[in-house]
Amino acid sequence: MSFVDIFADLDRDHLLMSLYSTTSADVERILHQPNEQTRGDVNALMAMLSPAAEPYLEQMAQQASNLTKQRFGHNISLFIPMYLSNLCANECDYCGFTMSNKIKRKILNKQEIQQEIDIVKSFGLDAILLVTGEHETKVGVDYFAEVLPHMKQYFSHVSLEVQPLQTDEYKRLVNLGLDAVMLYQETYQPSTYAKHHTRGKKKDFTHRLNSPDRLGQAGVDKIGLGVLLGLDEWRLDALLMGHHLAYLENRYWRSKFSVSLPRLRPCTGGIEPKSAITDKGLVQLICAFRLFSEQLEISLSTRESSQFRNNILPLGITHMSAASSTQPGGYANPDTQLDQFEISDKRSVEEVTLAIRAQGYTPVFKDWEANWKTN
Amino acid sequence: MLNIAGHNFSSRLFSGTGKFSNSQTMLDAIKASGTELVTLAIKRIDIKQGTDNLMAPLSNLGVKLLPNTSGARTAQEAIFAAQLAKEMFNTHWIKLEIHPDPKYLMPDPIETLAAAEALVKLGFVVLPYVHADPVLCRRLEEVGCAAVMPLASPIGSNQGLLTKEFLQIIIEQATVPVVIDAGIGCPSDATLVMELGADAVLVNTAIASSQRPLAMAECFRQAVITGRQAYQAGLGNVTKKANNTSPLTGFLHELC
Repeated sequence: MSFVDIFADLDRDHLLMSLYSTTSADVERILHQPNEQTRGDVNALMAMLSPAAEPYLEQMAQQASNLTKQRFGHNISLFIPMYLSNLCANECDYCGFTMSNKIKRKILNKQEIQQEIDIVKSFGLDAILLVTGEHETKVGVDYFAEVLPHMKQYFSHVSLEVQPLQTDEYKRLVNLGLDAVMLYQETYQPSTYAKHHTRGKKKDFTHRLNSPDRLGQAGVDKIGLGVLLGLDEWRLDALLMGHHLAYLENRYWRSKFSVSLPRLRPCTGGIEPKSAITDKGLVQLICAFRLFSEQLEISLSTRESSQFRNNILPLGITHMSAASSTQPGGYANPDTQLDQFEISDKRSVEEVTLAIRAQGYTPVFKDWEANWKTN
Repeated sequence: MLNIAGHNFSSRLFSGTGKFSNSQTMLDAIKASGTELVTLAIKRIDIKQGTDNLMAPLSNLGVKLLPNTSGARTAQEAIFAAQLAKEMFNTHWIKLEIHPDPKYLMPDPIETLAAAEALVKLGFVVLPYVHADPVLCRRLEEVGCAAVMPLASPIGSNQGLLTKEFLQIIIEQATVPVVIDAGIGCPSDATLVMELGADAVLVNTAIASSQRPLAMAECFRQAVITGRQAYQAGLGNVTKKANNTSPLTGFLHELC
């Protein structure tokens, strides 16, 4: 059994109706209970994600902030993405790398990778997220297997955000030092998924939905889930991701989990969000997930503005990227116009760390041991 | 005086370096706590870049550093981390932590015992973090651990002495120091566990997550001293009923 079987039994229409018929009495009942009694409960998550919870946002934020501080301390872990390739064999209408986009395509060679590493290391960062478009034949597991050991010489923690792989391929990469994989479902609503993913392997909703199970089976230490907020009704997408998370946490108990909450903004990739999520909505989402899972890592990217990131920092965030470029070779050549998406927070690592300290938090650069697994 | 592996400690409060809002608060709190042994996670230390270099200020405080293997999920990883710590800190002391479960951070007894045995053979002074399991503590003593560090409740939970009955058995049986490690949430928890006869307590989250870490560190300092003194003074017996003096045999005295 995998999550696909559980997903098949979820009545999404009923969940949507329940989200919108949650009452303030339901919300109050949950907020008045000790967190130990409500965490991990998907019904409590639903109440926290519902419109009825909006008036209780301050209360939710207080609880979320305290839970996060107790669990993670006054710490914000920093990471940076490194784009290795923008080749993509998928058509996804919200993404700058979509195959029909007439942009220059590039796969970084060894020398270019080294240039990027040198620059990123000069920022003082030690956790890296390797990103590529999804091109199985040209940027596949062999390419990753070649790049990983090299990266591990420079970075304690290496994550991957690429196309879904097979279980034995993940195992191979874990043995080479892979620490985490981010694999976002984008939306948990099959008809919306089909509308936005029109060509390539990513069209296969079920294959993608099954991928986190393969990550768990391969013993990947950290598994990252995510939805592109706005593709469909965000409250329902978030709730379905909560169901996915609850299943995975219980089944693959050795793995850590993180969620990313990227917002689809009007005009990004040329499409309008079906259900735009406001700042208030995103705050509610972060708090709801913290109350749902004390140990969940919550990551916030530079898609969000510096001001918003500063304000939201104490509410449940554990990981932040800084000084990001979203194009292959973008640290050495920042102006080549190959970006996957527009960066909003353009501050340097130094500026971000100062802002973190100003909030009474400590920026954490290193929180892992390279060769932990491969010694 | 508490002695672990030939090292004397006049304070029975051990502490940690994590979770504070900045390193100055951490250093001030450690000073206020009076602790002489401070644990820190090897995974957080970056010798190459020096971004988290806390070693010099900690050494200036005169505290002994106890590197820990937090983050390790297997015996193999923990042994690797211990060896790394030995190089980094020039110490053969290691707090052995293996918790493969990221949710409740429960220590893995099987991997811990295997790692402890191997590390003792390699010449380490091993202080293993374990569940409050009396048999496991005996087994860890048998393989040569210098102390045992059973938990009061899940790490960082501040839930207090959920394992009290089992800690009592461990304290009763142990021939090495027993350091109660995790979950102590307030000074009265520390006092209570010291009254039971624990040799020391390790407190981090309860201090670091307090609104005023310095004041809380001082409270824990006093609480541990009080608990120890009460243990040494000897607590009176606890009974369910009030006890008169000789209610049944008092007449014998009257007859005389």
